[in-house]
Amino acid sequence: MSDEVTAAILTTHILDLARGGRRVDGRGLDEYRAVSVEPGYVATADGSALVRIGATAALCGIKLEPGKPFPDTPNAGVLTTNAELIPLSSPTFEPGPPHPRAIEVSRVVDRAIRAAETIDLTRLCVTPAEKCWTCFVDVHVLDHDGNLIDAALLAALGALTHATLPAKRFAIAESDTPLEVNHYPVECTFVRLGDVIVTDPTFDEERACQGRLTVATDELGNIVAMQKGLIGAFSPDDVRDVVERALRHGEKLRAAARAG
Amino acid sequence: MGNIGAKEVPPLFGADGRRVDGRHLDELRPLKVTAGALTQADGSAYVEWGLNKVMAAVYGPREVHPRHLQENNKAIVQCRYNMAAFSVDERKRPGLDRRSQEISKVIAEAFESMIFVEEYPRTSIDVYIEVLQANAGTRCAGIVAASVALADAGIPMVDLLPAVAVGKVGGKLVIDLNKLEDNFGEADLPMALVPQSGRLVLLQMEGHLSRDELSSAIDMGVQGCQSIYGVMQQALRERYAPTPAPGAP
Repeated sequence: MSDEVTAAILTTHILDLARGGRRVDGRGLDEYRAVSVEPGYVATADGSALVRIGATAALCGIKLEPGKPFPDTPNAGVLTTNAELIPLSSPTFEPGPPHPRAIEVSRVVDRAIRAAETIDLTRLCVTPAEKCWTCFVDVHVLDHDGNLIDAALLAALGALTHATLPAKRFAIAESDTPLEVNHYPVECTFVRLGDVIVTDPTFDEERACQGRLTVATDELGNIVAMQKGLIGAFSPDDVRDVVERALRHGEKLRAAARAG
Repeated sequence: MGNIGAKEVPPLFGADGRRVDGRHLDELRPLKVTAGALTQADGSAYVEWGLNKVMAAVYGPREVHPRHLQENNKAIVQCRYNMAAFSVDERKRPGLDRRSQEISKVIAEAFESMIFVEEYPRTSIDVYIEVLQANAGTRCAGIVAASVALADAGIPMVDLLPAVAVGKVGGKLVIDLNKLEDNFGEADLPMALVPQSGRLVLLQMEGHLSRDELSSAIDMGVQGCQSIYGVMQQALRERYAPTPAPGAP
């Protein structure tokens, strides 16, 4: 009960502040938290990156293994994206089968990677209909202070950008080669707090919010994926405003993932 | 989308510029909505939309299962969007896959955004959507059916919730994609609109759109929702309006 009471008080406080154009952590309404990307964090993975957005931390590890193409795409490799919201990272996460919110993060990240054609899957085909590379993108959220979708995709992109095809290990080629990355999608998430829409929400802001909107953009200025989530609504003009902001913040996020 | 490394893109427009099924770019598939299609549910509706057939039922407000989800100050809205094994060309494994779970989540959140949940604390409003025959646009058909079912169940809410997808096919924006267009199109943008407020409570997107295309796509979807709204209202009128006595003026 005390948890519920503090949450309710904090929510009121967050909404009061937002009305005056302010946030609990002192950020501007359209200000993203400090972002860092550390590629190569896990030596056993074929590509990895640890991402921090403020206090939120997500780690992505890529594994590339030989597999078999799907029958309906005989000339393409296989890409699988999964996000784990492990109980280590938040008191609100429980052990057990994936919660719908974990499935949502996985699918929204997967959608952005796929729609942006981040990786040319036909390049992962070794022998049509018989042998291809399977690319497993696994993201573990380590510390949950909000905005997991942005953190998960950024970690995935950071890991993909610095991944190696272990062709030698699996006797597919003489030597290992870098995984080719063609496009750089990043996601930018916003929440509504009363009448204002803030960028890069914290955990408390997500709990206080009236609707969440995520926009994925690529380096060419395309919008490649969107997801409205949580309880709340956005007008068409809100969406247009958020898209402009996502394109702007996307530049910086992309630069962070590529540089590492 | 979804066709990487697969076969060539078939023609998606005829010589007359019409779509494969003869529609104009901004033309919806035929939509038929029936309010009250089941006997046991508190509210129900059946939707035929193009080649989609979708049934929806609403139970509640009733006791919350599982119990720990109960909220002291409001009702919760739970949704189960499910596709029947036989609803698609290749048999689908029964049960909720990850796609269905994601769709269930965003639909539940969309409805909870517009139902007066604070009227029914400690209860659950359960929305069941069963896709019987699928031909692209099933989540929108499901939302339309569920929304009419909620009204049929007498659940107080801000408005009905029309929904439609706008897509980009062969470089053009089109409304209400059919299966071929969905498979070979360049973008898909499903949305659900609260007509009273003009706000969107469901919005998803996948593909490639410029900011200007996205802006036009939203306008196109909002317009489409308005005409779907009319069909939904008509379905409820047909069920609940007193039928005039024969020979009455």
